[in-house]
Amino acid sequence: MLDGLIERMLNGDKRATARLITLVENDEEKAREIISKIYPYTGNAYIVGITGPPGAGKSTLLDKLIRVAREEGKVVGVIAIDPTSPFTGGALLGDRIRMQRHSTDPGVFIRSMATRGSLGGLAKATSDAIKVLDAYGCDVIFVETVGVGQIEIDIVKTADTVVLVTVPGLGDDIQAIKAGLMEIADVFVINKADKEGADATYFELNLMLDLEKERWERRGWRPPIVETVATTMRGIRDLWKAIQEHREFLEGSGEIERKRKFRAEEEVKTIISGKIAKMISERLDEDEVSGLIERIVKREIDPYSAADLVLEKTLGVKV
Amino acid sequence: MVERSKVRVLVAKPGLDGHDRGAKVVARALRDAGFEVIYTGIRQTPEQIVESVVQEDVDVLGISILSGAHMVLIPKILKLLEERGLKVNEDVLVIAGGIIPPDDAEELEKMGVAKVFGPGSPIEEIIRFIDENVPKLKKFREN
Repeated sequence: MLDGLIERMLNGDKRATARLITLVENDEEKAREIISKIYPYTGNAYIVGITGPPGAGKSTLLDKLIRVAREEGKVVGVIAIDPTSPFTGGALLGDRIRMQRHSTDPGVFIRSMATRGSLGGLAKATSDAIKVLDAYGCDVIFVETVGVGQIEIDIVKTADTVVLVTVPGLGDDIQAIKAGLMEIADVFVINKADKEGADATYFELNLMLDLEKERWERRGWRPPIVETVATTMRGIRDLWKAIQEHREFLEGSGEIERKRKFRAEEEVKTIISGKIAKMISERLDEDEVSGLIERIVKREIDPYSAADLVLEKTLGVKV
Repeated sequence: MVERSKVRVLVAKPGLDGHDRGAKVVARALRDAGFEVIYTGIRQTPEQIVESVVQEDVDVLGISILSGAHMVLIPKILKLLEERGLKVNEDVLVIAGGIIPPDDAEELEKMGVAKVFGPGSPIEEIIRFIDENVPKLKKFREN
């Protein structure tokens, strides 16, 4: 069944492609088989991450970026992520609403994904879904993260160019110099730039970049700040240009190789730790663990020593 | 039963009316029941809906329609699904809701709509229907 689906996907069949994304999302065994079979066909797509707080206009901006990329004849993939409820396991995925005009364009593939318990702003199967769209033949893949706060930065491990979308009036200048999200942007966007406070936001971001001069001089890339009004197309072409300039920088400086090595390393580490966690939970002696938990509560043993005991027994090695 | 969080439902609103309260209430209730719900917004063409069904690989398509054009739009959607190679009740379950008179509902169910839920249908009824019928789809029988 998988070989047939993969063949149809490589021939540009959207239904087979959609089915493969579902399989990499739902079924670990099949994901493994699919990825090893399609891996030789990947590596051609350029991956752009769009991140920022909820309501910043990420989906609307993306709708317009798709338009500009399509004018250049690029085949476009979109993975739009929204959160899964930690309480019910359900999700309401609504990013598509803003991009529906592109649904019937043969050169566009849009897929909504739910985080399903993942906390870094992406879905667990995002990187596998990217590989499917890459093999399908997308030239550029946009990944829209969930609305993020300060530390959901998994996108940096996934995208070639990270676009951070912010809006005027989110907070004072201290917000802009906090660690985390602000450090991962390759391009800054101030969307809704017709709103009051846009100039102040521009000034604050610019100041922050000035203070980090050393860091970006070392990298050789100072993140540009683009002002946009996504609803009216204002600034969208400048944004697309900035993304492309960043790509040229990455490719020209060899930085792209370093990025891709880092990404492969992170990916392999994630797979290894996932497998180890699974091995341990499969071999765990539940009775022994609950006995230990009783002892922890009674203060007879501390949590660290209890964990070591369990690990030594299940792995058979001294930890 | 198939795990609800792995069941994907597209809630679609074809036609020119902008009354999406019902669609939103259903979308939200299905989310709270643990399903993965994709909402595409108002004024969708049958083509956009069917392409979304394809790209999102959904198991259930829920059509909400209050404009009175259901006897035109729903058969069009069914036809386009077929053209895209999607068999109703085999590959995707199609359900409908809104202001649909009983005679029309009967006819739509003959055409392939699995069930029409009229005004005042308890949401539990929709959830039970999905729970009972999704496992009969081809992709779940294969696994």
